[in-house]
Amino acid sequence: MSSIKLRYDVDGSDFISCGKASEDVKRTLKSIGMPSDVIRKVSIAMYEGEVNMVIHAEGGVAEVEIFEDRIAIDLIDTGKGIADVEKAMQEGYSTATDAIRELGFGAGMGLPNMKKYSDDMQIDSIVGQGTTVHLVFNV
Amino acid sequence: MRLQEIIDILDAEVLSGAALVDGLEVNAAFGSDMMSDVLAYVTDQGLLLTGLVNPQVVRTAEMMDISVIVFVRGKKPDVSVIELADAKNIVLLSTEQRMYPACGELYKAGLKAV
Repeated sequence: MSSIKLRYDVDGSDFISCGKASEDVKRTLKSIGMPSDVIRKVSIAMYEGEVNMVIHAEGGVAEVEIFEDRIAIDLIDTGKGIADVEKAMQEGYSTATDAIRELGFGAGMGLPNMKKYSDDMQIDSIVGQGTTVHLVFNV
Repeated sequence: MRLQEIIDILDAEVLSGAALVDGLEVNAAFGSDMMSDVLAYVTDQGLLLTGLVNPQVVRTAEMMDISVIVFVRGKKPDVSVIELADAKNIVLLSTEQRMYPACGELYKAGLKAV
């Protein structure tokens, strides 16, 4: 079975254009007729991931693969890593700066939201080397 | 509730999507300056009231299928944000009202929470 593969560079220095990759994925899913509830879940989780890469990790790469029955997304960065993944998963826990909060993010909801909207989420993180978040959405 | 009614209640200025106003109905609303909370709690397409005016407000609305954003406290985004909203068929409104009275007036008129 063939799949659609998409790859995006997420520019960590540019908060203004943050979300463009998620927008493109949303547009692609719409164009191939994915159900709207799946599109919304994928869009939200990927957007949160993109924001995370920009505010915590100076950007990274998003790899998206769309199958007939599922969508797999890997968000890969070479940032500072997550010291305590369990803590990072708690709603409300955030290490974001006040400057980020003023932009409307850093409420400590990013990773919990990604978990909530995906069907499977795995986090591989090494402090000082980076983080990869694997997301799977069933169609 | 018809969007025009909301515009009248808030005495709001239409910044983008004026052509869409007539056909739009809004059934629920959410007020927040934290986009992370919008992404966490909004489950229904509706209207977002916020005091934030950066492009991420429009992108958040786009991801959530929110069709109307009301900027409170007389705030207005710069032209690039208005153009972004226009491109995505999102109506932007600006009201002089502060967050609490703006939410209160709409709630009183029958617009419920999402």
